[in-house]
Amino acid sequence: MATQHSRSAARAMMAPAVFLLLVWMLVPLILTLWFSTLDYRPLRGTFDCCEGLGNYVRFVSSSAFWDSILTTLQLLGGVLLITVVGGIGLAILLDQPIWGQGVVRILVIAPFFVMPTVSALVWKNMFMNPVNGLFAHAFKAVGLEPVDWLSQFPLFSIILIVSWQWLPFATLILLTAIQSLDSEQLEAAEMDGAGPLSRFGYITLPHLARSITVVVLIQTIFLLSIFAEIFVTTGGAFGTRTLTYLVYQRVIESQNVGLGSAGGIIAVILANIVAAILMRVVGKNLDA
Amino acid sequence: MGRITLDKVRKAFGDVEVIPPLDLRIEDGEFVVFVGPSGCGKSTLLRLIAGLEDVSGGEIRIDGTDATHLSPAKRGLAMVFQSYALYPHMTVRKNIAFPLKMAGMDKAEIDRRVDGAAKVLNLSSYIDRRPGQLSGGQRQRVAIGRAIVREPSAFLFDEPLSNLDAALRVGMRLEISELHKRLATTMIYVTHDQVEAMTMADKIVVLRAGHIEQVGSPLELYRTPRNTFVAGFIGSPKMNLIEGAEAEKHGAHTIGVRPEHFQISAEGGTWTGTIGVSEHLGSDTFFHVTVPGFAEPLTIRAGGEVDLHYGDTIHLTPDASQIHRFDAKGLRLS
Repeated sequence: MATQHSRSAARAMMAPAVFLLLVWMLVPLILTLWFSTLDYRPLRGTFDCCEGLGNYVRFVSSSAFWDSILTTLQLLGGVLLITVVGGIGLAILLDQPIWGQGVVRILVIAPFFVMPTVSALVWKNMFMNPVNGLFAHAFKAVGLEPVDWLSQFPLFSIILIVSWQWLPFATLILLTAIQSLDSEQLEAAEMDGAGPLSRFGYITLPHLARSITVVVLIQTIFLLSIFAEIFVTTGGAFGTRTLTYLVYQRVIESQNVGLGSAGGIIAVILANIVAAILMRVVGKNLDA
Repeated sequence: MGRITLDKVRKAFGDVEVIPPLDLRIEDGEFVVFVGPSGCGKSTLLRLIAGLEDVSGGEIRIDGTDATHLSPAKRGLAMVFQSYALYPHMTVRKNIAFPLKMAGMDKAEIDRRVDGAAKVLNLSSYIDRRPGQLSGGQRQRVAIGRAIVREPSAFLFDEPLSNLDAALRVGMRLEISELHKRLATTMIYVTHDQVEAMTMADKIVVLRAGHIEQVGSPLELYRTPRNTFVAGFIGSPKMNLIEGAEAEKHGAHTIGVRPEHFQISAEGGTWTGTIGVSEHLGSDTFFHVTVPGFAEPLTIRAGGEVDLHYGDTIHLTPDASQIHRFDAKGLRLS
């Protein structure tokens, strides 16, 4: 069917969409690159050219930068750990035949449909509030001092909130993977004398390896840009300032577009490095 | 040792009884084949013996000790699954070594046994590959290797050849028979293919809907089927079962004559019919002959080079000593 004619027609008809996508992507990127070389502070009315790499040097050399990198990694690591481990556990539980399986599965997936801002607010006010929160009530009920989660364990609290949002995603992917495991393999392992733990370690976990890498890859891409949860809860205070949040502060709060743009470009580069590494790891895992 | 006794073993899934109480004795070193149409409960029976399903009643004894509630691993049996159930992320060597590793055996002994099994089954050339890189026959061998390294008291095979092509199936059939002769270990083999049952078994157990229809050596079942079901199931092509007036002449409700027990002649015989489809196999020719008054066409075996064709008239005389007689319930009349 694909004659020379229809192929060029297809190209012509796709061109507007491709063009739009290119503009959509390239214009902001080029603008950001351009801004990152300027001393651009709109409130002071400065718009001076030719900072060169000055903004980059200033962004990287501030102590906030390295702190934010560390915070980002802690957040990423914490959420990945909780969602992967919890996801495997939940997937195994949901794979068991139980009454009302369909409803339970939908309930488990529900948090994924809640908007980040909303879920962060719900957690902040309903659960973690030191006076009226459910956690505070629970602590008081057993005679413990209520904890002010967001100021005493701010990063951990945010990790908890984000994990709650992403656990359904991990569970869903891992559940489908577990369901595709051939039950005869487990039976064979049982006959071979493997106990429940060995069966999990030698059969189930290797079977899940591929899906775990997919979960880690996809979550990493999204978790690097976590913003709403921090904005709504701590506002970047108490050591919860990630790289994304730092860029936001530089641009909006300090009104230093040049410095913020430089930070943005650095974030893009770092995210690409992470993505490249993950792609290699996943690629290897997917080949096998 | 591998003497397995089933005493009134029954299995029900909810309200559905798939295996009504059933007794069976399997002697040490026997090659026993469970055969029957699909859904007859033969795989379930095997899984009950393996311990992968819990019995709903009765007792399973292995070598005299009660194994009814033992875990599968403790029964000392090894199983080869229909899908082979190899561990895809492990090499052939690790697959075979897995049961030994789980038993906590030391490394030198594991290596010795794995190498031994690999040599017996000709796996040595692909011992470091993964199951995904192997052909069906090779995977089958690995699955058998994983079973024999454990030196079990009995092997259980669950339709192991059904995923192989016809040529490989014949080859593997021979290999499994040879393995049985060499190891002299009890083997229980489940199949729906009566050819596999006839060629491999010391003892065939014919099952229908969870019931044992008949137990016996292949030739016993061939010569004296206890009922019409066994008569029709054992032997290929199927025995011709004839009801009505012809059967009453022999004082039976149904008579059965195997395709190979007819004399063909051009002049005259007991029955006269017209040849329909004929299948030329080279060594034999099978004719489907329509005889007026019979409900179904008869299948007749003739020599390979018979010069008879579609539409020809043929005279048939059943071998009088080879007529099987059955009563109205399908049971054999002696």
